[in-house]
Amino acid sequence: MNGMHDLGGMHGLGPINPEKNEPVFHEKWEGRAFALFASTFVFAGYTVDEFRHAIEQMPPAHYLESSYYEHWMTAFETVLAKRGIVTREELDARIAKLKKGGN
Amino acid sequence: MATSHLENKESDPALRVRALESILAEKGLIDPKALDALVDTYENKIGPRNGAKVVAKAWVDPEYKKRLMTDATAAIKELGYSGLQGEDMVVVENTANVHNVLVCTLCSCYPWPTLGLPPVWYKAAPYRARIVADPRGVLKEFGTEVPDTVEVRTWDSTAELRYLVLPERPPGTEKMTEAQLADLVTRDSMIGVTKAKSP
Repeated sequence: MNGMHDLGGMHGLGPINPEKNEPVFHEKWEGRAFALFASTFVFAGYTVDEFRHAIEQMPPAHYLESSYYEHWMTAFETVLAKRGIVTREELDARIAKLKKGGN
Repeated sequence: MATSHLENKESDPALRVRALESILAEKGLIDPKALDALVDTYENKIGPRNGAKVVAKAWVDPEYKKRLMTDATAAIKELGYSGLQGEDMVVVENTANVHNVLVCTLCSCYPWPTLGLPPVWYKAAPYRARIVADPRGVLKEFGTEVPDTVEVRTWDSTAELRYLVLPERPPGTEKMTEAQLADLVTRDSMIGVTKAKSP
């Protein structure tokens, strides 16, 4: 299946811009997102293929604009919602609560 | 989106991660301390120094190199490097006639046990798009001139199979120890966008 993720050979995507002395994680949340990936794997029982498929279902513009770990977060939310482990409503409610300063 | 930034200094993805982590912890599905340990492992313990040791050993030990070229997964495991995203490894050797370079055009597949987590440029659209269409041009941007007489091979990683480049041993290193040689082996030289450093 092709799609936005199938980037090989595409033109016009700009310079490569390697970063000198790049940290493993640029922000703390990226490290948490990475660790969640390794942990959710175990209990949610999904495969890398399913995870990648979830990333590949992202709307093309969002896929290109968002960072790598945002792709991951989108995929987590998809696979966890699909299994009913964490529903969209549950997550939205928690985000709203955290925004107001709750825990 | 703009409103939420005003309401809360935390960026949106940071908030989403925190929300998900707190729900999963509440349900007893994850242990935040285990997450701390994973972050520490990939920030401090697993990285390209592992791959550099594999390469240096292959440079000094012809028998090891033979094993590495025939069953890379097992040979790399001999040095203690195995596991997540390194379950099926293939090593491709740079020679006077061939220069190899790695990519994952579809995503970000990368050999974690030997190289750690990939840099942002490896996962971003411009490299994935261009390295397969114009590898020599991209290599030049990384400061690597590959003469026309040398064949360039681009290897596209998959979800299961991960490659590692065995760079050429630089000239003038005959008297160096394995540990000294490992210091010449950079992450980029094992992706294949550069050569190993000269002493």
